[in-house]
Amino acid sequence: MPKNINKAYKSPFQLAKERFLKNKLAIASIFFLLFIIGAAIFAPFLTDHDPKKGDLLLIEHAPSEEHILGTDGSGRDNFSRLLYGARISLTVGFSAMIFTLIIGVVTGAIAGYYGGIIDNLLMRLTDLVLALPFLVLALTIIALLEKVTIGIFVTIIAITSWPTLTRIVRGSFLSLREQEFVLGARAIGATDRRIIFKHVIPNAIGPIIVNATLMMATMIIAESALSFIGMGIPQPNPTWGNMLSEAQNIRILRNHPEAWIPPGLGILLTVLAINFIGDGLRDAFDPKSNP
Amino acid sequence: MKQKTILDVKQLQTYFYLEADRVAKAVDDITFSIHPGETVALVGESGSGKSMAALSIMQLIRKPGRIKQGSIRLEGKELLQLTNRQMAQIRGKDIAMIFQEPMTALNPVYTIGNQIGEILRKHQGLNRQQAKQEAINLLQTVGIPRATEIIHEHPHQLSGGMRQRVMIAMAIACKPKLLIADEPTTALDVTIQAQILDLLMQLKEQFHMSLLLITHDLGVVSEYADRVIVMYGGQMVEEAAVKELLQNPKHPYTDGLLASLPNMEEHAERLGTIRGTVPPAYAYPAGCRFSTRCPAVMDICHVKAPSLKQLTPEHQVRCHLYANGGDLS
Repeated sequence: MPKNINKAYKSPFQLAKERFLKNKLAIASIFFLLFIIGAAIFAPFLTDHDPKKGDLLLIEHAPSEEHILGTDGSGRDNFSRLLYGARISLTVGFSAMIFTLIIGVVTGAIAGYYGGIIDNLLMRLTDLVLALPFLVLALTIIALLEKVTIGIFVTIIAITSWPTLTRIVRGSFLSLREQEFVLGARAIGATDRRIIFKHVIPNAIGPIIVNATLMMATMIIAESALSFIGMGIPQPNPTWGNMLSEAQNIRILRNHPEAWIPPGLGILLTVLAINFIGDGLRDAFDPKSNP
Repeated sequence: MKQKTILDVKQLQTYFYLEADRVAKAVDDITFSIHPGETVALVGESGSGKSMAALSIMQLIRKPGRIKQGSIRLEGKELLQLTNRQMAQIRGKDIAMIFQEPMTALNPVYTIGNQIGEILRKHQGLNRQQAKQEAINLLQTVGIPRATEIIHEHPHQLSGGMRQRVMIAMAIACKPKLLIADEPTTALDVTIQAQILDLLMQLKEQFHMSLLLITHDLGVVSEYADRVIVMYGGQMVEEAAVKELLQNPKHPYTDGLLASLPNMEEHAERLGTIRGTVPPAYAYPAGCRFSTRCPAVMDICHVKAPSLKQLTPEHQVRCHLYANGGDLS
């Protein structure tokens, strides 16, 4: 038996990793995202200004050495708001994604694995949630609450967006549970919980990771959109959406592009980078999708 | 002839409730026992219920199937009364099973060592290091070369025969009392088949197991089994010691199965066949289930279902031809 040939074999994950590393766009996106994350984490070292503290004597100033991107309508430093805003946008996107992931995977796994009545109930529940318009629901909940914190905001996004993931996970489970290795696992005495988490989910991890990544992009946009119309994270907390809402003022839109172009680009490029990473992951896990 | 038994199956019925008025009687009233060290073969065409009988013993029947009634005793302990958790303790430890498709029966995302280790850690409480060492030992026991390398490889890197050996290694990991092999060689090519079956026999001796061998290959049966149970339509139609059954088949179905084997001595243009196909398990004919295909069918066969008749202490058959216990031929 030729030993060297066998050595060349790799696990499915190693193969996926190799395919991913060949995707230049995805790799570039990862570096860009790392750059944004770095800027968000090291914000205190990159600027001396407090993003929440305004100076009424410095309203809408043009860029200067002191304020690289000028100041906003309350006299706050735009550059520091851009850096700290990345923190909130990324935090919201990431935690909403994790939260959604947990709900989606657990409900999807239960529905797909057990089938029958449980499946039916969960699927009707997803239909129900999918039928609710996200924006209207989010606006209603936010309008009812006095003070919107990041936690509440993340929860609202998560409880409205889990059904998509549930359906994807359920679909994978429906086909995987019929595989003989599941029967094999039961034949060696594995419990349901063990089969779901140890045997089936690792086989469905590809679509789960891909969708979670793409979902994170959607969630950053959702946060920005809600903040833009003033229903997201409240002022004076800096978020990219908040900063963009300044541009609702026609005077700023015309005369101060330095105030709104950077946060706009921040949203655009971050979301684009995350989507490229998601696409790269999809191609890596499913070679058939990329001819 | 009261003998100690490992497995005692009594009047087992496994039905699938497809729709309100359609019930598939996949296993319908089978009774048999397996003695220590014995190899019992379960023979029949596809759809005769032999795999379902095996899955019933393991209690791995999925909805809409259900074990309607019966008794399955392992060394006197009634398995049907155990909770799911208790049954999970028995699976893999006291009764192990090997499946037909070695290609899909291993989880593609884990290494071989990981999968064998899972059983050892679960049932024998070994730690990771011990489980790894024991996995290597097991792989060597089932005749896999390079065992220390194989445990780090994934299922897709192995050939079908190798995977089946891995499955066997997993099955014998806890030295089960009973090993159920559901068509263990059907998916393999002929030279590997013999190796795998010889290995099973050798391990059976080595670990003092009993073997329930499910197959449709009468050649395999004649070579390896001690006793044969022929199934048709979810029922046992004949049971006898292997020599007796092959030389003196009573049931027309067994006769047909034997006639469909190629014979080295006689030169035949065509192999014998049994005309027709197995009726679906929800639409058996009235009377004898084999009546629609039987070459020796009589009027009574369409009306009355025959019962199992004891011809000699070790030979029983379900056929009207032997209604008086006599032999017509």
